[in-house]
Amino acid sequence: MHVIESGNVAAATGVKLARAQVIAAYPITPQTPLTEKLSEFVESKELQAEYIPVESEHSAMAVCIAASTAGTRAFTATSANGLLYMNEQLHWAVGARLPIVMCVPNRGIGAPWTVWNDQQDTISQRDVGWIQIYANDHQQIIDSVIKAFRLAQTVSIPVMVCYDGYILSHTYMPFEQPDQSNVDSFLPPFAPVNFLDPENPGNFNSVTLPDVRPDQDGTISPGYIEIRNNLHEDLRATIDVYVDIDKDFEKEFGRGGNPLVEKYRCDDADFVAVCIGSLSYQLRDVVDTMRDDGVKIGVMGVQMYRPFPDEAIVDALAGKKCAIVFEKALSYGNQGALYADIKSALYSCEKRPFVHNYLLGLGGREIKTQHLLDALTESCTSPETIGDTPRWIGLKL
Amino acid sequence: MKTREFADKISRSKPGPGDGGNTGSWRVLRPVINIEACIPVKMNKKACFNCWLYCPDCVVSKTIPPVINFDYCKGCGICAEECPAGAITMVDESTPIEEGK
Repeated sequence: MHVIESGNVAAATGVKLARAQVIAAYPITPQTPLTEKLSEFVESKELQAEYIPVESEHSAMAVCIAASTAGTRAFTATSANGLLYMNEQLHWAVGARLPIVMCVPNRGIGAPWTVWNDQQDTISQRDVGWIQIYANDHQQIIDSVIKAFRLAQTVSIPVMVCYDGYILSHTYMPFEQPDQSNVDSFLPPFAPVNFLDPENPGNFNSVTLPDVRPDQDGTISPGYIEIRNNLHEDLRATIDVYVDIDKDFEKEFGRGGNPLVEKYRCDDADFVAVCIGSLSYQLRDVVDTMRDDGVKIGVMGVQMYRPFPDEAIVDALAGKKCAIVFEKALSYGNQGALYADIKSALYSCEKRPFVHNYLLGLGGREIKTQHLLDALTESCTSPETIGDTPRWIGLKL
Repeated sequence: MKTREFADKISRSKPGPGDGGNTGSWRVLRPVINIEACIPVKMNKKACFNCWLYCPDCVVSKTIPPVINFDYCKGCGICAEECPAGAITMVDESTPIEEGK
């Protein structure tokens, strides 16, 4: 079915089609319309789920952890400071290997207060161990939510589906709403082997000592470091799992094919602009303009940020003259997080491109196409003279 | 992706003695029961058992005399604090144990 709706409604519809069973959320701009829509679905019985209103984001994630441990499909959503208030529970959810799915419409973090878009909230959470998938438009939002539930329960790792606040969450766009029957055939019910079960009592996530531990029957069980090493290895393997899930999705729905990175006019390019989120579509206009002027340039959107698809990124950038990384977030006191990750991935390449870093759009500062054109033109004209220091675009004072 | 046993993904155990590992190794002070002062021993019937009741790790048996499982006793000292007869003393782990005590 073809519909025109907001990004938040696209996300809520994806959650409904995925038949989430427990939803717990606390409202925060720009996430609020998403959870409002879900509560409407539950109220009208379009979605058979428990909607649990909570007093904070920390509690929202705690409810999802409990619901997921009890063997149900759990969902929440938040933004910015709400995500940060959840932080301790985010670590718990991933350490407990619970397949929770969470949408994060990206918003800047206070202080000072801002409700507008940048990506500092989710980028600051890149090291907690959650899978992070970024959507660039409404179609990708609804599709990513459905894929995220399948991915989470396949690898037992929670997934964040992130999309730009306001730019996507509150704007209306046409998208294809999948049929319930297709979603049901793509996404089997969540049927965990181990869950909270009075018939089969067990301790979950009990304290680990520094060393491996003997169970009460004498079996040696993993200690903390083994459990964390397993998480890391499973996350690395998740990259291939997601590619396979995306192929299945394409078979079922006829969409997909770019699960890790989304490239536009990159194949014969000398220069590639790189970014996360909806900015990559704005950059396509700039790329088209520069192509008309004879500059061989393309743009690549990073769709999966954690686990980091370094092989796909090296594959796309090795041998190019220059990669220009645009970011709406940074590791304060150093440089853009994506920029550092990309340089790290390219380090072992024989033909390393120059890599530049531009920071922009923090707190919703307008990103003007002319500014992008100016930055890219400068990077393409003199790639070797622009150093390692991030350059800020759009500063007025 | 190879299927990893769920038991290797998280810390999970069946409830029972020792499911948290050999926590007796944490002990700095060891509870030693003076059998002569212990109420159930003196009365030769099931009585008191405050040590059994209050032990947060359930390592004291409800027997005459009470026996402490030192594989899991963390040496918290609650039994010594709660014993109305003052029959339990906390002894430094570095103190040698006399046979029979």
